[in-house]
Amino acid sequence: MFDNFPLWPARAATTAGQVDALYIFLVLLSAFMSVAIFIMILVFATKYRRRHGRQAEPIEGSISLEITWSVIPLGVFLVIFVWGAVIFFRERTAPAGASEIYVVAKQWMWKLQHEEGQREINELHVPLGRDVKMIMTSQDVIHSFYVPAFRLKQDVLPGRYTTMWFHPTKAGTYHLFCAEYCGTQHSGMIGQVVVMEPAQYQAWLGGGTTTGSLAQSGQTLFEQFGCNTCHRFDVQGRGPNLKGLFGKTVQLEDGRSVVADENYIRESVLNPGAKVVSGFKPIMPVFQGLVSEEQLNELVAYVKSLNTPASGAAGTPNLQSPGIQPPTPKE
Amino acid sequence: MSSVAITPEREHYLNKEYGISSWLLTTDHKRIALLYLVSITFFFFIGGFFALLIRLELLTPAGDLVQADTYNKLFTMHGQTMIFFFLIPSIPAVLGNFLVPMMIGAKDLAFPRINLLSWYLYIIAGIIYLHCILTGGVDVGWTFYTPLSSGFSNTKVIEAGVAVFINGFSSILTGLNFVVTIHRMRAPGMTWSRLPLFIWSHYATSIIMLLGTPVLAITLLLVVFERAFGLGIFDPTRGGDPLLFQHLFWFYSHPAVYIMILPSMGVISEVVPCFSRKRIFGYHFVALASIAIAVIGFLVWAHHMFVAGMSLYAALIFSLLSYLVAVPSAIKVFNWTATMYKGSISFSTPMLYAFGFIGLFTMGGLTGLFLAALGIDVHVTDTYFVIAHFHYIMVGGAVMGYLAGMHFWWPKISGRIYPEGWGRLAALIVFIGFNLTFFPQFVLGYVGMPRRYWQYSQEFQVLNVLSTAGSTVLAVGYLLPMVYFLWSMRYGKLADDNPWNATGLEWRTASPPPTYNFDETPVVTWEAYDYENMPLPQEVTLER
Amino acid sequence: MSDSPVAVEQAHGPELLHHFADPEQQRAAASLGMWLFLATEIMFFGGMFCAYLVYRRWYFAEFAASSRTLDIWLGTINTIVLICSSLTVALGVRAAQMGKRKLLVVLLILTLIFGLAFLGIKGKEWSDKFHEHHIPGPQFDAGEIQLNGHPVDARSAQIFFSLYFAMTGMHALHMIIGVFMFVILTWYAWKGRFNQRYYTPVENCGLYWHFVDIIWIYLFPLLYLIDRKK
Repeated sequence: MFDNFPLWPARAATTAGQVDALYIFLVLLSAFMSVAIFIMILVFATKYRRRHGRQAEPIEGSISLEITWSVIPLGVFLVIFVWGAVIFFRERTAPAGASEIYVVAKQWMWKLQHEEGQREINELHVPLGRDVKMIMTSQDVIHSFYVPAFRLKQDVLPGRYTTMWFHPTKAGTYHLFCAEYCGTQHSGMIGQVVVMEPAQYQAWLGGGTTTGSLAQSGQTLFEQFGCNTCHRFDVQGRGPNLKGLFGKTVQLEDGRSVVADENYIRESVLNPGAKVVSGFKPIMPVFQGLVSEEQLNELVAYVKSLNTPASGAAGTPNLQSPGIQPPTPKE
Repeated sequence: MSSVAITPEREHYLNKEYGISSWLLTTDHKRIALLYLVSITFFFFIGGFFALLIRLELLTPAGDLVQADTYNKLFTMHGQTMIFFFLIPSIPAVLGNFLVPMMIGAKDLAFPRINLLSWYLYIIAGIIYLHCILTGGVDVGWTFYTPLSSGFSNTKVIEAGVAVFINGFSSILTGLNFVVTIHRMRAPGMTWSRLPLFIWSHYATSIIMLLGTPVLAITLLLVVFERAFGLGIFDPTRGGDPLLFQHLFWFYSHPAVYIMILPSMGVISEVVPCFSRKRIFGYHFVALASIAIAVIGFLVWAHHMFVAGMSLYAALIFSLLSYLVAVPSAIKVFNWTATMYKGSISFSTPMLYAFGFIGLFTMGGLTGLFLAALGIDVHVTDTYFVIAHFHYIMVGGAVMGYLAGMHFWWPKISGRIYPEGWGRLAALIVFIGFNLTFFPQFVLGYVGMPRRYWQYSQEFQVLNVLSTAGSTVLAVGYLLPMVYFLWSMRYGKLADDNPWNATGLEWRTASPPPTYNFDETPVVTWEAYDYENMPLPQEVTLER
Repeated sequence: MSDSPVAVEQAHGPELLHHFADPEQQRAAASLGMWLFLATEIMFFGGMFCAYLVYRRWYFAEFAASSRTLDIWLGTINTIVLICSSLTVALGVRAAQMGKRKLLVVLLILTLIFGLAFLGIKGKEWSDKFHEHHIPGPQFDAGEIQLNGHPVDARSAQIFFSLYFAMTGMHALHMIIGVFMFVILTWYAWKGRFNQRYYTPVENCGLYWHFVDIIWIYLFPLLYLIDRKK
């Protein structure tokens, strides 16, 4: 609209319109309330200004007024709460079958890995109209992945995965900012999110040189580290069979149970003693310090690829199926 | 201007004794209040200086005035100085110290020497912090987030942490003194429902100081231990949880916002009735709103962490609670406005600041509704929207209230009248400068400019230029009162005991008050804000 | 807590500070002040207890294994020592209220002895930990701590010991402050400062001492007795 004086950033994802709608509602509400208070102050201040010998009228208060102006705002607040919560719920619930991108943040750079194996730094290329899920971790301090055009932000923490997802709706190049202060070059930890038409995206995918998909690299590591000597797929090894593990609920040795999500797999590689599966001995060596964050991502991607393809929700292309060959786009 | 020569002077707390030790070893709450006034003013201008440098750097998109690491130190030290060394002690330690005993008819706070100890702790912390600034500074943000602060930063985090730790005890002891004083030292007849609202708000503030500050103290101590001795409680590489730090930190630091704003609300609750010549509308609701804010304020801390990696359901609960804490604040705004209805309103300087406070606090509060809405918070948290929001509360609210109070009680504190014309002019300049500085930042934040950025993208420049322009206006507005307050100490008109014809007990003793405040212990037989039975003051005339 | 010589001359009773109306008001103020101070202390330790609860839930097995390396006998002895000191303090307050100066002095000295004994035993435990390289930091070595016959994850064990040292360290610091308070208190008691009408300092220092004891009563099971079966 105004090049030098924008009022909001571009709207480039499904979330952007939802957030803007609530924002505009709140702007109008706030403007109305502020103006109402200002006008009341102005009117009272002029109408009842102190003229010669003018006495104030003694008024103590009014219970009914107090109740009115407590209950009505509370009602309005609850509406805003529900509205904001609904948006948040959508923002935090990734649809099944989203294509996944692994992010490793470090001072002061974003490293991104596509499922297909492409790696990028400070730039993220995504195709228009497809759900994208980011699985993020940090190598050092806390960062925050922020794309104003999507109205989305998620802190990226060391030692665990956090996720976010989006559905781009408009091709273009958008800002990527680090939004959590992370040290000297914090303001330099910026980049671009490039949303491309699917065809262009395919061309871009084909252009880069890759060493195979993320899951393939993971498989190589899996064999290189000798994981497959215990985690076997044919017979019961000394470690649990990982086929079909991802997303299942796992019964632990100490009676607890956990859902095998990305964070669980991550922890089980780095610190296997923390959550031992029921019926197994805590004999797996600790990999903390032996695998890099990128290798960890590859291993996680590999374990996830071992799932038999779940029949995805109606029509969504399932990109999680054994990621051995590059997926063919359905569009 | 009348001349100043005064013949046989009445003895009061200012002229009773002279000499440095009579100040540095005093246990008189009024003198300690003045010690605080001088020290927090000093830190206010240091923090303000950092702010101006920040605004100047942000005039252009490129990082050109200072280096990136210098810029990071500037915003860190601006925040820490302003929050820990100015805002938290501002109204409680200066006006509260001066007025709490007088308003309830006591001779002093319950523990005068602990009160002096509080000031010394503040000064020790201040000196350590100044040393930290002068020998290299600290760059971790005022929030000390781990693991940046515990491992990665190579600046003086330990020194800054120790300074804030010690300063915390100053604030704990002040709060303890207030609570005990309010409970045990009230004059005969001063029942709880006759207490001025200034006392109620200080009571609520003190509760937060008592219960919140120790948590910050231990949290920062653990960070210091982590840096100094290699303890690993928040270190993710050792399985520690950096989010635990954030929870503990905000458990204090969100209520700390109410430490800053509640006393200011107390001031406004005194000023508005006085200059409307009316009882406050809904006394009990305003009083209980203060307590409600203090209590609910302890339950909302995690709304600073919606995108930090918290669970979805925790976020929902904290969002809901954040809306609940907005209700008592709204009640207060409505009651102040209603107090003016059918009043007899004068436009003296304190009242102008009160108008400013109500307007700016309303805007600050309403933008809080944006941030408490989960969906919007995800977009605007850690952007300039948040910066604008909390400056509307802390500068537009707390500092406006502080200035309102300083003008209102200046005749009592100094025995002199400040120049009314200059006062009104300064109030206007502060209001305009403030809005010009911080309103553009709301837009800036929604457009997506992250906070703590040393250099930024071209499209943010126009709004940043507006903001920087405003900050220079604001600086002038803040310098003026300091100049004319100092001027009035020598040349100002002598003040009557009760120049505003206000109803509080503090106005029923001499200006400046005698050392033990009252010649005889007062007996209270009237309700607070009994303006029906109080004549109108003389018309305020503008001096030339 | 006690009074300044200047204030005493204000033509009130010898112990009444000028700004109080009567001794009852002064006593009530001091007592409320102490209780509020203890409330802040609860919040202070509360931060660490909160951290402890989080990590104990996350790393229960490691916490249990690390806890077993603490010397349960020294811990138990220390607990008994502190409970005894609480008893002598309580009797001391009673003695002060009844104006029995000599008994008060004896009980205060006994309390001091118990307090110092506690600190001594604690020091022994700390130095043992130092020799076992269980002090968190670069020297940390969880080598011998076993979990189900395997070495425990050193990182989680280190968190346990971080908390152990932070919590017992803060507690010991409070004990040391308490010992100083009691030395002064004993001196005043010896000089006959306290009587039936004026014993607030004894009472307040006693409250503080009980509080520090209670903290230990929580620390002992939380740190030493996590999982001692077998």
